[in-house]
Amino acid sequence: MVKPSRSYRVFQGVNGVILTLVVVVTLYPFVNIVARSFSGERQIRAGEVTLWPKGFNLTTYKIVFQDSMFWRNYGNTVFYTLVSTAVAMVLTTCYAYVLSKKNLRGRGVLVGVAVFTMFFTGGLIPNYILVTELGLKNSVWAIALPNAISVFNLLVMKAFFESLPSELEEAAQIDGLSTYGILLRIVLPLSKAVVATMVLFYTVSFWNSWFGAFLYMDRSDLMPVTVYLRNLIAGATGGGNAGATTAELSQVGASIQAVTIVLTALPIISVYPFVQRYFVSGVMLGAVKG
Amino acid sequence: MSTSTKSAAPPPSVEDPPTPTLRPAPRGGWRRSLRRDWQLYSLAVLPLLFFLVFRYLPMIGNVIAFRRFEPGGSMFGEDWVGLRYVRMFLSDPTFWQVFRNTLWLGGLTLVFCFPIPIVLALLLNEVRRRSLKRFVQSVSYLPHFLSIVIVAGLTLQMLATDGPVNHALGWLGHDEVRFIQEPGWFRTIYVGSEIWQTAGWGTILYLAALTTIDEDLYEAARIDGANRWQQIWHVTLPGIRPTMITLLILNIGTFMAVGFEKVLLLYNPLTYPTADVISTYVYRTGVESNSFSYAAAIGLFEAVIGLVLITSANTLSRRTVGTSLW
Repeated sequence: MVKPSRSYRVFQGVNGVILTLVVVVTLYPFVNIVARSFSGERQIRAGEVTLWPKGFNLTTYKIVFQDSMFWRNYGNTVFYTLVSTAVAMVLTTCYAYVLSKKNLRGRGVLVGVAVFTMFFTGGLIPNYILVTELGLKNSVWAIALPNAISVFNLLVMKAFFESLPSELEEAAQIDGLSTYGILLRIVLPLSKAVVATMVLFYTVSFWNSWFGAFLYMDRSDLMPVTVYLRNLIAGATGGGNAGATTAELSQVGASIQAVTIVLTALPIISVYPFVQRYFVSGVMLGAVKG
Repeated sequence: MSTSTKSAAPPPSVEDPPTPTLRPAPRGGWRRSLRRDWQLYSLAVLPLLFFLVFRYLPMIGNVIAFRRFEPGGSMFGEDWVGLRYVRMFLSDPTFWQVFRNTLWLGGLTLVFCFPIPIVLALLLNEVRRRSLKRFVQSVSYLPHFLSIVIVAGLTLQMLATDGPVNHALGWLGHDEVRFIQEPGWFRTIYVGSEIWQTAGWGTILYLAALTTIDEDLYEAARIDGANRWQQIWHVTLPGIRPTMITLLILNIGTFMAVGFEKVLLLYNPLTYPTADVISTYVYRTGVESNSFSYAAAIGLFEAVIGLVLITSANTLSRRTVGTSLW
């Protein structure tokens, strides 16, 4: 083994410093926001809060917890996420299974129909008019239906189904199982890994989404918590009435915003360590198999 | 196309051509296929309906860019007005401002957000302690999983007049900066938060590509007397080149569609001069001011430029380096 050269050791040192900096820069906003959420408004204002709460108190948490609108919106997020993910999983699984049948007549067309939408889309205005004219406004369907299939997820699932041994399905067919039976009783039980990954992908993206609800929901009691948070932020920084009022608004806002950010991010952050590797492998699968 | 190219294309347009597989299609044509596979086809009905209604119908819906649309009327508009709305936006000074802003933000995003993941992946690749490498990776992926609303909220909190950045400036004896209200700061803030959110996640495909490089190549390079830098230059970078090109094409393809949601969350009327982009302008004129046809015309213009960009980037790359998405 050759002894590492001096310049290489210097490089390793510099590299360590850079990566440490990356970690610090990434984590600092999180740590700071958590510290702020437990701090007194005066201490936040004075800039005393950095890594640790100053003037520790739970008042802001109490205020947010007592806000019935916050809880209603939180419940909406859960509800929208569940419904949207269920719809998306059914449609994506069905189509991916069909596309995975290499000998199916017209398969190329079916693939093309999906892939083309990755490169050209209708745009905001026609979509808005469509959803409005279909009468989906102010219902969960305005969120669930327009995003029912992510083509990326579709192709990941298709690739997985293609990798299953076809002999199993042929045997099941000989035993008299219908296509539906094969999908439900043979293919899906063998595909738990990819199904779980896809559920995860959809859940996180619906949990995080806000714009659909922002566009199609007219009443604040129908909003998901992301829009609740967005309205808080917009209220505190909206330059529309910039001036004295902005200062007052943000005065009230700083710690409430911090608490809301923490509570909204909490579910994702707490499952993150356990699900991260599924995401990474899902992305790899999508990339490799195409 | 090389295998490593395939490993790089996330939206897998690397698709089987529409021409069917080697096995000849079952004899008897469509009627027979339908009879044999009707259950399979039935599974495709609802998804196809989804694509037709929620993807292709809006594409056709773009005809309102050339027709007068009346709220409550047909979604395809009332009567033809030709290029009236196109001429309108071409002579609209606000349009040209948002067009310039779009190019600025798109260009800056491309210049900064494309290379940084490559550098980060190279640095991570040099880390010998596996646990350390994994830790840095896990931390840097984290922002990718958060809602854009949270990212915007964190950004605004960090940059508030009483936020950490301003306090750091205060310690350095610098005056308070009103980052959020100053048009001059918007581009920096936008690109900075974009890097914060996407840099780590962007390394995944590069790190995957790096593991496929043959160790023997490094061995050979060392025997030829290559030092560390030369190894990176002559072995590592060529090894991940297909990945780089694929991601570059994709980045160029999304050039015009600069983070609409993020701009919408971060900007305010004070920063419109630098922050307002085509898509936010479309949103305001269409959804907020009900000028649907006018907004659709601008949106269509944007989509067409995007399509032209990705097609030409793809063609260019296929001609010059032999790597392409399709």
